Amino acid sequence: MAQGTPTIPVPPDALLDVLDAKRAHTPRATRQRSLGRRIGSIIGTTLMTLLALSWALPLFWGIAVALRPPEVSVASGSPWWGGALTLQNFTDAFARIPFGQYYLNTLTIVFGVLAVQLVTISLAGFAFARLRFPGRDVVFVLLLMQILVPTSVLIVPNYTTIRLLGIFDTKLAVMIPFFASAFGTFFLRQTFSQIPSELDDASVLDGCRWWQTLWYVYLPNARAALIAFSLVSISFHWSDFLWPLIVTNSDKNRPLTVGLNQLTQLGETGAQWSLIMAGTLLVVAPLLILFLIFQRQFMSSFLHSGVK
Amino acid sequence: MRRHRRSPLLPWLLVLPTAVGVAAFTLYPLVRTIHDSLYKQNQAVRIPRFVGLGNYANLFDDEVFRHVLVNTLVFVVGTVPLSVLCALLFALYVNRKMRGISVLRSAFFYPTVLPLVSAATIWLFLYTPNFGLFNQWLHAFGVRTPPNWLGDTSFVLPALIVMAIWKQTGYFMLFYLAGLQNLSGEVFEAASLDGASPIQVFRFITVPLLSPTTLFVSTIAVVSSMQMVEQLYVMTQGGPSNASNMLLFHLYETAFRFRNLGEANAMTVILVTVLLVFTVANFVVSERRAA
Repeated sequence: MAQGTPTIPVPPDALLDVLDAKRAHTPRATRQRSLGRRIGSIIGTTLMTLLALSWALPLFWGIAVALRPPEVSVASGSPWWGGALTLQNFTDAFARIPFGQYYLNTLTIVFGVLAVQLVTISLAGFAFARLRFPGRDVVFVLLLMQILVPTSVLIVPNYTTIRLLGIFDTKLAVMIPFFASAFGTFFLRQTFSQIPSELDDASVLDGCRWWQTLWYVYLPNARAALIAFSLVSISFHWSDFLWPLIVTNSDKNRPLTVGLNQLTQLGETGAQWSLIMAGTLLVVAPLLILFLIFQRQFMSSFLHSGVK
Repeated sequence: MRRHRRSPLLPWLLVLPTAVGVAAFTLYPLVRTIHDSLYKQNQAVRIPRFVGLGNYANLFDDEVFRHVLVNTLVFVVGTVPLSVLCALLFALYVNRKMRGISVLRSAFFYPTVLPLVSAATIWLFLYTPNFGLFNQWLHAFGVRTPPNWLGDTSFVLPALIVMAIWKQTGYFMLFYLAGLQNLSGEVFEAASLDGASPIQVFRFITVPLLSPTTLFVSTIAVVSSMQMVEQLYVMTQGGPSNASNMLLFHLYETAFRFRNLGEANAMTVILVTVLLVFTVANFVVSERRAA
């Protein structure tokens, strides 16, 4: 091993094996190791399967509670066995709180935010990727601040702003802080700058105005990035709770997460459980179904969301 | 065929909507919150009165606030190392081609997709005394009086930490999976030819090579666990007797329940500073490593 070059620290007995490579790999040694390894791998698999099961348990338990009549879960103390399955809890949940309205509110908020974001990040991403202008770096650093200081901790001053704008208790108030997305802008800037600039030049030669270039050259080539961004945005805003809790005050504007919480606050008495679990499942179902369909997409999108 | 020249104003116009949004809901509130943190404004003092660093002094004199700081620290220290370690182990295990492995991967990842408030609702019932899943099991194993997890000052934080680990580990696992993809297989082949045991490979090859990922994941783990607040709202309201109260939740209740805006703004400044220090430190360290 050459001195001075970075090397991976190798434990001493493995070094011995390097010197002794031939002897270390006699058939018997191999067979013994593979037996040991096999036992190890069986233990590993069992352990990991148990862990995965315990990770899945809360969801399964929630589903079980939601599908049993309330008397069963409470009386026997366990939703796992006994009694018939029922959808009664779901219909009860719908009867107790205006789920339809909340669903509509959440959909409006989630897709309203997304629609505006897709426009703002495409425009800004294009400018940062392909255009030079004075003050570019200053704006870039300003945008970075949105990533360094999460909007979720600025609830107090932003609430003051919402009051000043006179839009308290509107869906707009829930959405407006998220119309600009620095993460989305940087993400698209990176995607756009990988598109050959010859395509851009050619479109200009062909007489395209900038918006035509953006529409016909850049956006079609950034489809994967746009989908990834959309999945992250949708799941983030579907899940948001504290901000909408602060700036909404009526059923007309409350999203699902906040609306359902009113049901939860009714009390932890056993009788309400099944109802609350059914409601919770109604909130998470669209996200979970989306996730099960687009598993790989989802995981790679969330990966990007961290690398902001 | 006409060739259009792009106006020099164009880039500015394109960036404008984003810049306005960031200015209005990140930059302005930052300045405003620093400014407002220097003024006393609460139920008694309706019109803001300049008090300099008075709000900060009050906070650090306040037993509850100090308790909140300690809780936040305990929560972060309890959550981050364990969830990062679990994430690494899960990633190592599911990073292989095998039938059924994607089921395991999804099992670990799905909590990330759930809204925190919904996850907290499920866990509230898992922890409920008498009927909750955990205490049912403890009963079955013969424990006569299992603890009231969320109602006991010494159990409430550990209970919340367990839930946070469950919620976040799958997300961190993703970054390790990506990190593992970037490692060349040759190193591992060489090691296994050299007769290194799996534990040696893990200790002397995998962990050192993944250390940039670990640094990155630890930073986002710290930052995101300091922002977890919904579980407190749903499960404990910061109680019992502030045993589970943490910075962001205390900030929320100070502003919107106790109507003490001065101190809430001071807390915002403190929280933002802590988050900035962590993120910038991570950036500096990883730049230095890359250099």
